[in-house]
Amino acid sequence: MKLRLETAAMDALTVRLFDVIDERNMAWIMAADTALRHAFGDALIDLVPSYTTLLIHYDCRAMAFVEATSLARDALKDLQPADTQNGQLHEIPVWYDESVGPELPQVAKRAGLSVEQLIERHCGHDYCVFALGFAPGYGFMGLVDEDLATPRLKTPRRRVAAGSVGIADRQTAIYPLLSPGGWNILGRTAVPLFEYARRGEPLFRPGDKVRFMSISKAEFEAAGGDTTPLEERA
Amino acid sequence: MSQGSITVKQAGPLALIQDAGRFGVGHLGVTQSGAADWISFRWANWLLGNPINSAALEIVMGGNLTLEAGSDVCLALAGADLDARIDGEPLAPNACFTLKAGQCLTFRQPRAGLRAYLAFPGGLQAPEVLGSRACTAREMIGGLHEDGKPLQTGDQLSWQGDTSSPRRMPDNAGLPMPQKRCHLPLVLGSQIAHFTGRSLYQAFNQPWTVDQRADRMGIRLTGQALDSKLEGMISEGIPLGAVQIPPDGQPIVLMNDRQTIGGYPRIGALTPSACALLSQCLPGTEVRLHPVSATQAQVTHRRQLAVWE
Repeated sequence: MKLRLETAAMDALTVRLFDVIDERNMAWIMAADTALRHAFGDALIDLVPSYTTLLIHYDCRAMAFVEATSLARDALKDLQPADTQNGQLHEIPVWYDESVGPELPQVAKRAGLSVEQLIERHCGHDYCVFALGFAPGYGFMGLVDEDLATPRLKTPRRRVAAGSVGIADRQTAIYPLLSPGGWNILGRTAVPLFEYARRGEPLFRPGDKVRFMSISKAEFEAAGGDTTPLEERA
Repeated sequence: MSQGSITVKQAGPLALIQDAGRFGVGHLGVTQSGAADWISFRWANWLLGNPINSAALEIVMGGNLTLEAGSDVCLALAGADLDARIDGEPLAPNACFTLKAGQCLTFRQPRAGLRAYLAFPGGLQAPEVLGSRACTAREMIGGLHEDGKPLQTGDQLSWQGDTSSPRRMPDNAGLPMPQKRCHLPLVLGSQIAHFTGRSLYQAFNQPWTVDQRADRMGIRLTGQALDSKLEGMISEGIPLGAVQIPPDGQPIVLMNDRQTIGGYPRIGALTPSACALLSQCLPGTEVRLHPVSATQAQVTHRRQLAVWE
């Protein structure tokens, strides 16, 4: 961990802690999140953690640039990694099927696996939530096994259904709401991520773990899942 | 004056309920949103004697947006001149006016600027989502029906106060209005060290043209391409006004509805006042970037905020 503070905007600073993505970063990022929230108090407008950084947006009516910079530096001086056991584990039921996960065959073929094996592998790993972004409640998770890593689609889809579970490179994520997107879609969950996020209580937060569970079509439907095939929405 | 309502007789291309925006929710992946030209937005509220960040209407382009009053109401209009008319009679922006019962207020097309702000007594009624009434189409959050949709024909607008204490716009108000050539102050930072010297020279020594590809998420500028030496970047939080340089070298200024995190290198960020000005620029407007320090920008910003206090 090497702390660097960068000017991001008139009233924003980037705290840079790492240069590469690693699940072990999250203990430090979460510790920095807590320390900065505490230090800035009411002068904090927004704090956005990501894989290797945190963006501090502070109220420049309450403190000047120089003060904000030294406040951040002091707050992070004796940083100790947070207890990663604090992160919650979320189990997300997913209906893996080609109709709602059109890239299942390609991703499996690339990895030299059957579709069943691919599903087993995607479910066989607790993924770390690195950051929320892109859309409310959209969690960037990883890292998926190296041989499952698949580059983004050459041409992004204009419409990816809410609940779609996808892979891009070594990351995996769930689309909380209908949006454009270029990830390889493997299946769909009925968990209403967007509803949680718009209430300000996202299901998962950076530092949490997510485990996917394969469910049947019947179970997916019973949970209120929408079985409309992905491509029909395009 | 009793509580009344206004009916949207015809929805233009884009009219959104906006306030200061959504704060403290960036870590949830929820964008800031809020009035793009926050200075004109504030003046509109100030003119009516409203709390300064009361929800108002952000009217983009005009496009024959037509509002009909159900009863007499005092409103304030600030920002762009969208050739507004009351029953066909021209209405100058940057003042309060009364819309009488049965009269129609129409916004035709931009004559100067792009976004007009219409303030209502006490602010518009709309449900709050995550502490704000701002309407964010991309996120399906906020607005009249909490679905992020812009105003639709048939919508009814109502407001929170029943009286207002109208004021006159001071002569030196200094509203953000694009001139022949706009100077946009930019606070240097972020990945600036990763750009070539030549690119940095070009960033600040050539005119940039505001592109057609411009919305509340980002505004693209075109000119001689800038080069970053950075190969692939890990996504990180992006502030308002961030000037990111995608692989084609043409800058995108990230505005109110930007994604909360992103992975293109940035040369810094426009000041909030520069964002307000840029949001008023029609495609084809020539702008120049002009480096300032964060400290210098904050002094100017505090002076700007003080005018409404």
